[in-house]
Amino acid sequence: MMQRRTLLAGAGALGLAAPGLVPARAQGRTEIQFWYGLSGVLGERVAEQVRRFNESQSAVNVVATFKGSYTEVMTGAIAAWRAGNPPHIVQVFEVGTATMMAAGPAVRPAHQLLSEAGVELDPRRYLPGVRGYYSDTQGRLVSMPHNSSSAVMWINLDAFEKAGLSTTDLPKTWRQIREAAEKLKAANATPVAMTTSWPTWVMFEQMAAIHDAPFATQANGFEGMNAELRLTGDFFRKHTEFLLGLQRDGLFRYGGRDNAADPLFPNGEVAISFMSSALRSRVEREARFKWASVPLPYHDDVIQSPKNGVIGGASLWTLTARNRTPAEYRGVAEFFRFISQPEQDLWWHKATGYVPITQAAYEQAKAEGYYEQNPGADAAILQLSRAEPTPNSMGFRLGGMVEIRNIIQEELERCFQGQQNAAQALENANRRGNVVLRNFERANRA
Amino acid sequence: MKRVIFRGQALPLLLLAPQLAVTFVFFFWPAGQAIWFSFLRQDAFGIRTQFVGFENFAELFADPLYIATIWNTVVFSVSVTALSMGVALLLAVLADRQIRGAQAYRTLLIWPYAVAPALAAVLWIFMFHPTIGLFGRMLNAAGVAWDYRLNGGQAMLVVILASAWKQVSYNFIFFLAGLQSIPRSVLEAASIDGARPARRFWTIVFPLLSPTTFFLLVVNLTYAFFDTFGIIDALTRGGPAKATETLIYRAYIDGRVNLDLGSSSAQSVVLMLAVIALTAIQFRFIERRVHY
Repeated sequence: MMQRRTLLAGAGALGLAAPGLVPARAQGRTEIQFWYGLSGVLGERVAEQVRRFNESQSAVNVVATFKGSYTEVMTGAIAAWRAGNPPHIVQVFEVGTATMMAAGPAVRPAHQLLSEAGVELDPRRYLPGVRGYYSDTQGRLVSMPHNSSSAVMWINLDAFEKAGLSTTDLPKTWRQIREAAEKLKAANATPVAMTTSWPTWVMFEQMAAIHDAPFATQANGFEGMNAELRLTGDFFRKHTEFLLGLQRDGLFRYGGRDNAADPLFPNGEVAISFMSSALRSRVEREARFKWASVPLPYHDDVIQSPKNGVIGGASLWTLTARNRTPAEYRGVAEFFRFISQPEQDLWWHKATGYVPITQAAYEQAKAEGYYEQNPGADAAILQLSRAEPTPNSMGFRLGGMVEIRNIIQEELERCFQGQQNAAQALENANRRGNVVLRNFERANRA
Repeated sequence: MKRVIFRGQALPLLLLAPQLAVTFVFFFWPAGQAIWFSFLRQDAFGIRTQFVGFENFAELFADPLYIATIWNTVVFSVSVTALSMGVALLLAVLADRQIRGAQAYRTLLIWPYAVAPALAAVLWIFMFHPTIGLFGRMLNAAGVAWDYRLNGGQAMLVVILASAWKQVSYNFIFFLAGLQSIPRSVLEAASIDGARPARRFWTIVFPLLSPTTFFLLVVNLTYAFFDTFGIIDALTRGGPAKATETLIYRAYIDGRVNLDLGSSSAQSVVLMLAVIALTAIQFRFIERRVHY
């Protein structure tokens, strides 16, 4: 409670202080507040993207503010909305999508915003995997695609060489991964053979999509709030038992929740890791070894030709406020149009490692030979677009997804500690996750 | 003491107003909001709100994980309080003697109190992280399967140590001041009567310290309940598998991360009642044994 109060007070103080922060040259321009949640190299890129927009025209001035982690940005923006003083644009991670979509009057859908401002943006210009995640049931964009990634497999090629493994013919299936990990361990190539970041996102969400297994009913929530989890399905049981087997044989080490395991790959602690494709700029900067990023592996006894993976990352949401003028909404629309221009998108893609959000930028990067010069930079795009999305691989639109992710991580942790087996873990996660879904359904239908 | 007499009521009220306003705005208003929200179920934005009576409370106490969190909090708070007060008392007794450089030791012992909780947690990560921590690596090299990210017991141990360490300084200052205010004549008289140091400590020093001890007991329990959030968040985030989740941490997760304000407010109300009860018990029963 105290937390929330402080936040409201903070949000209020920001609103009061903000006019003083505007540089002199911005006088007379419409000011747009933009809250984002990327730090480090990626945060610098967001600031640069905004600077490029501000310099490209003289009517609108976007003020970008770093507000902490994705979770903090989202809760901060919600608290600010409740206090009547929200930012114009807020960057919300993909798992917050269902919550934002259910927010009704708090959000101005992107398609409405653009058409009211007279900005023509054909939704088909965005990559299907990206567009689908942020569209409503009628195929209209609700939020603006911004930074999209997918999980890919990162391989330390020096370690592979040390273990006598091929550095050109890299493993594609989990069976091959297991064999490689055994050799890596035998050769003691790295302290730990394998780990993963984002245990739920990679091992549950991505794997479900790739293997065409349902994560939840109602097309993973796209078709209604009455979705129920399907974590007790055969696929999750098989895959969880596979991971437990790897851990038992010392081939896999749990690296913590969310992105806690990120540093283990660039610092050479592990030979194989599964992380966001957006870590490319960090790995480039920090890794002191040869590496490769390739699509995620699959179980060839479950599926012969794997489906598309799903995106991660975040999109931009337009928040409403009582005193917001049409000029302000138009400013937001202009910013959206700017970042959707192929050349801006291409710059963003190359500078960050996020996938291009538009088809045109992707084509341009291919034509320039960018992927020949930077092998692996297209691993995520290939993975996102290698198959026609099925209801199981379109994405996830489940309320309380942050909580569900944590529940799965908690039950996995108890599994890795040996306190319960895979079937019990999935049973518990399914039951607890369904409670979250029902509560969300009730709170948002009342 | 000299009694100040004001004529009329306006001036005294005016002088009190700032303090009353602060208390109202930062305590009564949020506390009232928490109580009101605990009876509601609402979506994250507060657009759809529904009065549900005591349902949020009923759900809490029907949740075995919440009951487990209560036990975690008890184990955590008692351990932190006992450890930090025990160590602080020992250090204070040692620092109270006539030794060379006593002032330097005292200053060093007070230092950790100035360290922010999140930074304290980072220091402990550098010591006990299984792959980057000094002691973590040593333990693993010595054949102990040390990984507090996966072992609940080890995680609990680390957060207790880190939280207690941070509070030792505070307790140390008060114990030291308490020790210094004990009249030398009483101790000397006991010495002349032939009481050994241990006996002098338990029959004279410890009873005379009881007001300090009692005060610190209340403060430390409150600290363990409320102020250890930063350390837990930075070290374990309540994990692995809720092993280090305390009541305050769960209220934070449910409110701020899971955006369930109804349940989070209900938990805040439960915490508020728990602290009121605890303090009442302490003053009612333990204070009787305190000698002033």
